[in-house]
Amino acid sequence: MVNESQASGNIYKQTLLAGLWRENPVFRLLLGMCPTLAVTAAVKPALTMGLCVIFVLLCSNIVVSLMRNLLKPHLRILMFTLTIATFVTIADLFLKAFVPEMSETLGPYVPLIIVNCIIICRAEACASKNGLAVSIIDALGMGAGFTLTLCVLASIREPLSTGQIFEVQVLPDGFVPWAAMSMPVGAFITLGLLLGLVNAVSKRKA
Amino acid sequence: MDTFNILLMGFISIVIVNNLVLTKFLGICPYLGVSGRIDMAFGMGMAVTFVVTLSGTLTWLIDHLILMGTPLEVTRYVCFILVIAGAVQLVEMYVRKFFPALYESFGIFLPLITTNCAILGLCLFINLWEIDNLLEAVVLSFGAGIGFTMAICIMAGIRENLNLADVPQCLKGAPITLITAGILTLAFMGFTGMIR
Repeated sequence: MVNESQASGNIYKQTLLAGLWRENPVFRLLLGMCPTLAVTAAVKPALTMGLCVIFVLLCSNIVVSLMRNLLKPHLRILMFTLTIATFVTIADLFLKAFVPEMSETLGPYVPLIIVNCIIICRAEACASKNGLAVSIIDALGMGAGFTLTLCVLASIREPLSTGQIFEVQVLPDGFVPWAAMSMPVGAFITLGLLLGLVNAVSKRKA
Repeated sequence: MDTFNILLMGFISIVIVNNLVLTKFLGICPYLGVSGRIDMAFGMGMAVTFVVTLSGTLTWLIDHLILMGTPLEVTRYVCFILVIAGAVQLVEMYVRKFFPALYESFGIFLPLITTNCAILGLCLFINLWEIDNLLEAVVLSFGAGIGFTMAICIMAGIRENLNLADVPQCLKGAPITLITAGILTLAFMGFTGMIR
């Protein structure tokens, strides 16, 4: 009995950690690139985006996991998308009601969570095959991995483009802001170099 | 003449100045995934152009004739995604029937057009920009498709040559593609402010 519960505890830990590094959605699976590039000009929107994705991922994983035995194979992608669209609508209305200025900044990228490949990928690869507990843990791990990546990217881009993080000056006064960092160029090149770094680090480890 | 001018400006703006891929980060997944060879990139671009024109027009009609001004507006995203999924299904059936070879080479990427953010993104932008003219919505949707095709074809052309370049080991694959895309957007930034 003790061994069994230990083993299942291990699975949960494994699933949780997989999302953070080994199968990190952005760095390893190259999923969800569109929000990763679009909202990381500053840390605050990146964090909000991450939290929204965690919420939607968690809810859709729970629902998909509960209805996994009822799904018809050829209709399942449609069912996933509709489930996700419902929860995204909830998240969008919530943001509009309680943090209107953040909703303004994120603009159409909140509804675009519907087509974020991470969520469909987890519904397909994990929630439609596993029980409730594993699906919840998986959603938390993947969501946390995604949020962390967004924050890392944003905390590189924001100081370089404005010299500030969360409106706090972090770089010396003489620093000339790199305007390009807040533009699409900065997003693409920072992510490219970060991916290269991750590749180099994981190669050294192996 | 005036209408024609507005339409032409809208078209050029969405293709070059506000290109969805290069300035709005939409449709990055196929942009990185299917841009290995020019012929496939072009086929993908054509499929996306068709779907985006169809769904852009349909969602505009649904939005303006049914949803706007009623409490049903909360179901907007659900309706949009349903229309897009339907349009993709249509294209998939058509391509499988008439171009089996192309269908084979697309593999998983064809159904994935449903989750191509460029398409849902365009429908949302048409809603956001408050386009209140059906013709303009059609032209914008078509222009978005052409813009996507152009971006993905340029990228495929560069990547075919990149195969011959000596890239550092850790940058091979996705990283160098992203950096190339970054430099490409830098070139397109030159058009900023040309229109609007």
